[in-house]
Amino acid sequence: MDFLLWVRGPAFNVAVAIFVIGVVARLLEILLLGRAPSHSEPKGSQVGPGIAEIFKRSVPLPDIVKRGAVTLVGGYIFHIGLFITIFLFVPHIEFINSVFGVRWPGLPNPVVDAVTVVTMVALVVLLVHRIRQPVKRMLSTSEDYLTWLVTFLPILTGWLAYHRIVNPYPLVLGLHILSVELLMVVLPFTKLMHTFTVFISRWYNGAIYGRRGVQS
Amino acid sequence: MSSLTLERGLYDLKAAIDAPIASFFSSCVHCGLCAEACLFYVETGDPKYTPIRKLEPLRRVWEQEYTLFGKLKKLVGLSKAVTDDELEEWKELLYASCTMCGRCSQVCPVGNDIAYMVKKAREGMVSSGHAPAPLVGAATRAVKIGSPMGVKWPAVQNQIKHVEADTGLKIPVDVQGAEYMPLLSSMEIINFPEYLGALAKIFKQAGITWTLASKAFEATNAGHQIGSSDIERELVVRVVDEAERLGVKFVIGPECGHAFNAIRWDGPELIGRPYKFRVLHIIELLDQLRAEGRLKVDSKVTERLTFHDPCNMARKSGIVNEQRNLLGMVATNFVDMPDNGIHNWCCGGGGGANSMEEYEHLRLKAFGRKRWQLESVEPELLVTACANCRLTIEEGLEHYKMEIPIAGLTEMIAEHLKEDESAA
Amino acid sequence: MVDSITLGESLRRQGVSRRGFMKFCAATASMMALPPSMVPAIAASLEKARRPSVIWLSFQECTGCTESLTRSHAPTVEGLIFDFISLDYHHTLQAAAGDQAEAAREAAMHENAGKYIVVVDGSIPGPNSNPGYSTIAGISNYDTLMETVKGAAAVVAVGTCAAFGGLPKADPNPTGAVAIQSVVKDKPVVNVPGCPPIPTVITGVLAHFLTFGKLPELDHLGRPVAFYGQSIHDRCYRRPFYDKGLFAETFDDEGARKGWCLYRLGCKGPMTYNACATAKWNLGTSWPVESGHGCLGCSEPNFWDAGGFYQALSIPTSNVTRTAAAAVAAGAAIGIAAGIANKVKKSGAKAKHQTVTVDQLGEG
Repeated sequence: MDFLLWVRGPAFNVAVAIFVIGVVARLLEILLLGRAPSHSEPKGSQVGPGIAEIFKRSVPLPDIVKRGAVTLVGGYIFHIGLFITIFLFVPHIEFINSVFGVRWPGLPNPVVDAVTVVTMVALVVLLVHRIRQPVKRMLSTSEDYLTWLVTFLPILTGWLAYHRIVNPYPLVLGLHILSVELLMVVLPFTKLMHTFTVFISRWYNGAIYGRRGVQS
Repeated sequence: MSSLTLERGLYDLKAAIDAPIASFFSSCVHCGLCAEACLFYVETGDPKYTPIRKLEPLRRVWEQEYTLFGKLKKLVGLSKAVTDDELEEWKELLYASCTMCGRCSQVCPVGNDIAYMVKKAREGMVSSGHAPAPLVGAATRAVKIGSPMGVKWPAVQNQIKHVEADTGLKIPVDVQGAEYMPLLSSMEIINFPEYLGALAKIFKQAGITWTLASKAFEATNAGHQIGSSDIERELVVRVVDEAERLGVKFVIGPECGHAFNAIRWDGPELIGRPYKFRVLHIIELLDQLRAEGRLKVDSKVTERLTFHDPCNMARKSGIVNEQRNLLGMVATNFVDMPDNGIHNWCCGGGGGANSMEEYEHLRLKAFGRKRWQLESVEPELLVTACANCRLTIEEGLEHYKMEIPIAGLTEMIAEHLKEDESAA
Repeated sequence: MVDSITLGESLRRQGVSRRGFMKFCAATASMMALPPSMVPAIAASLEKARRPSVIWLSFQECTGCTESLTRSHAPTVEGLIFDFISLDYHHTLQAAAGDQAEAAREAAMHENAGKYIVVVDGSIPGPNSNPGYSTIAGISNYDTLMETVKGAAAVVAVGTCAAFGGLPKADPNPTGAVAIQSVVKDKPVVNVPGCPPIPTVITGVLAHFLTFGKLPELDHLGRPVAFYGQSIHDRCYRRPFYDKGLFAETFDDEGARKGWCLYRLGCKGPMTYNACATAKWNLGTSWPVESGHGCLGCSEPNFWDAGGFYQALSIPTSNVTRTAAAAVAAGAAIGIAAGIANKVKKSGAKAKHQTVTVDQLGEG
C-alpha cells in the first residue's frame, strides 16, 4: 500500500519532471539548430505540404506494403492498440482529465481488454521480427531492445492489474504505474522521442519537397 | 602532406547538421523500411545497403556533438568516435550504392529525408579525403578544363558546325539579351549531339530567342555529385556569372538530372542570393510551349512506348505531368511502367555512381529493378529525359540482352515537328 | 472482577435460547469461512469458555470504533457476547475514573497475567516523538501500551488508527503517530482496520480466539483473511457496470440514479480489502457504495493520503500540473542553453571550414 502511494505520489512527480524537462529540452535542442534560408525560386509552398505530410506519411506506398508487411501491419496494430488502451480506457481518461481538464467517452472495458491482448501479441511479433529480419537485426542496438521492454511492461502490468491476476492489487497497480514512470523517464533519451519528433521530421520532409513542387 | 584530414571532415560534418537532420536522427526507430525502397538492397538482399545505415558516421557526429545525452556519453567515454577507417568503409555505401535518388526519403514512416542527409554526409567524405577517385578526377577536369569529361569549347564548336550543317539552322552563341540560355551536358555533347539540333528546331518553331554561352555551356556539376559545396559553387558561379552578364531571362537545364538539381535548387543557396534569371528544365519549357500552342507536331510515334522518370526530375523537382503531356501530344501508344512518376525506380547510375567502374557489378545487379519494370510493360521503345539515365539503362539493357531502343524526349519531339515553311 | 461462570451459562441467564446460540455459532462459522462441520466444535468451545479479561486501551482515537461496536439497535447475540467479555478497562464505557480506573487495569493485568487480551484503538505518538502529545494519567501512550501488553495473550488493534496509524498519521503527522504493530513486536497482533470496522468482524475475531485459543489466519498486513481477504471491487454488486464501462459522473446524474459504478467519483474499491460489500453495515442494511458514495478505502494504510476521496484511483496524488509547469520552464531553460551551445559549435565548425579545391583533392 505504501508502495502504491509512493508511485502515485512522489515517484510520479519525479517522472513527470524528468519527462517534461527531457522532452522540452530535446525539442529545443533540435529546433534551434535551424535551417539555412532558401534563395532558390520555390515551385510550391512549404507550410501546406509540410502539414499535409504529417498525415499523408501514415499511408504507405503499395510496394512497401508488400515488402514490409510484418513491420507495417505489426507497427500499425501496436500503435493503434496503444492509442486505444491509453486514451480510451476510463481510468486513464480520468487521469488525463485531472491533469489537463479535458475528458471524452471511453470504450467498454472488455473491448479495451481485447485490444490490449492484441497489442501485446503485436509487440512480441515485432520483437521476434526485429531479431530475425536481416535489416532490422543489423540496425538494432541495445537501445532498441530496452525501448521495447519499457514499452511492453506498462501494457503487460496494466493488463495484469485490470484482471487482478497478481495479488494484492495495490502491488500490481503500483508496478503498472512504476513501469509507466520508467517509460516516461526513458523516453526523452531514446528513439521513443519519435513520439514528438515525428511531427517535426514529417513536416520538414513535406516542406522540403513541397517547395520543390513535388506532389506526393 | 595532404590537407584533407579526418579533423577537417569532422568539422564539415558538424557544419552540415541542421534542424531537419537533428529531427530525422531523433525520429528514426530502426524499422528498416527504407531498405525496402532502395534498389541496391532490394536487388542484392544485403542489409549493409540499408539507407539510414549509410548515415551512421553523420549520426554519431550529431549525437556526440549536438545532443546533451550524447555529449554526456562522450564525457564518460561511452561513445565511439568516427575514424578514417570507418569513413573509408563508408565510401562504397555513400557513393557506389547510393544515387541520392530519394526513394527512401519517400518511404520512411517518420518522414526522414535520407537522400538529403547523404548529400550532406558527402561533404565530410570529401574534406577528409574519402571521396572516390573517379569523382575526384571528374571534379578536377570540370574545374580545370570546364567539363568533367574534358570537353572544351572548341569541341563544342565542332559539334555546332555539324548541327548547323544538318539542320540548316544557326546556333546562336553569346548573344546579349537573348531570352533563353540552354545548358548542355558533356554527355549530350559527346554522345547525343542530336539534342542541340533538336533545341534549334524547336526554338525556331516556337519563335523564342536563345543563345549558348561559350564560357558557360556545361551543365554537369561534378561538385554536386562528389558532394562538395565549394566545388559545386565554383561550377555554378560560372553559369550564373555568364547568364547574368548576358542578361538572359531563363537558363534552361538540359536532359540531365543532377545538373538540373544543381543549377535549379542548390545554386542560389550556394551563392547566398536569388538569381537574376529563372531556371527551367527543358521539359518544363517544352510543356509550357505546348500549352501555349507554340509547339506543333504533324506526325506521331506509333510504337508502344514507356517513360523512365529521372529521379532528379520527377521525385526531386516535381516534373511529372509535363513529360506525359508532351508524350500525349507526340505518341499514340504510351503506357506507364508500374511504379512510375515520383515512385519510379532509379536507373542506378545517378549521383556520380555511374563513374565508379569498380562497382559496375553492383549497378548491373541493381538494374534488376528497371528490368522488372520494363518486362512488365514490354515496350518497343523507352523514352527518357536524362542523358545519364540513358547511358546507364543502355548498359543495363545490353548486359541483360534486352533489345529496347532508348530515345530522348526532346529529340523525339523535334523529329516530329511540323515542318516550318520558312526554314532557311 | 472476573466471574467464574461460563459463556453458555451467561447467555442462558440472559434468556438466549439454545437455538439462538446455535444460530450465532453457525453465523460465526460461515463468516469465518469455516465448514459447517465446525459448528458443533464452535458451540462446544463457546459453551465452556470462561469470561476472558479484556483491557481496552484508547489512545489517539475518535471513539468511533467503540461507537460502531457498541451501537446495537436491537439486542443481538453479538452484543451479548460483547457484554460477556470482562471488559476490565475502557475509557468510554467504564464507570470508574481516575486512579480507581488505573488501579482496576493493573489488578486485571496482575490477576490474568499471560491470559488477557489487549484491544487498542487509536494510534500512539511514536517512541521518537514528544510523549506529551497524548497521555493518560500523566503517562505517555507509548509507555502505557508497552507496559500493558507485557502480560497479554494477544493484541487486537481495532480501527485503522491502531492498525496503521490512521487519521493522526495523515500528512503532516504532527504527533509522530505510529501503528501499534510498529512498536509491539513480541506479542501476536491482529489488525482489524476500518474507519470504523464492521461490528461483526470484531466479534468474529474474538469468537475465533475463544474457540481455538489463537488468532485467525492473517494477511500480509496482519488482517484476518476471513474478513479482509477479498477486495471491495471483487464483491461489489455494481461491478458489472464497471466492466461494461457505465459510470456515474456526478452524484445526481442519470448514472448515479441508475446505480452505476462510482469509480469516476473516487471509489477506492479496487484497492480496498474489507467485508463491507458482503457483510454490510447496520445489521446488513447497506454500505457506502450501495447508498451511492464511493468507498473511501478506510481499511487500508494511509488511506487519508491516497489522493482525494472524490478523485479516481488512477489520478496521481501529487500536483502534476504544477510540477509539469515548472518542468516546462526548466526544460526550456536547458533546451535554450543547449540550443545556443549547438549554434555556437556549428558556427565554429563553419568558421573552421577550409575551401575545398580540386588541387587539394588531387593531393589526397
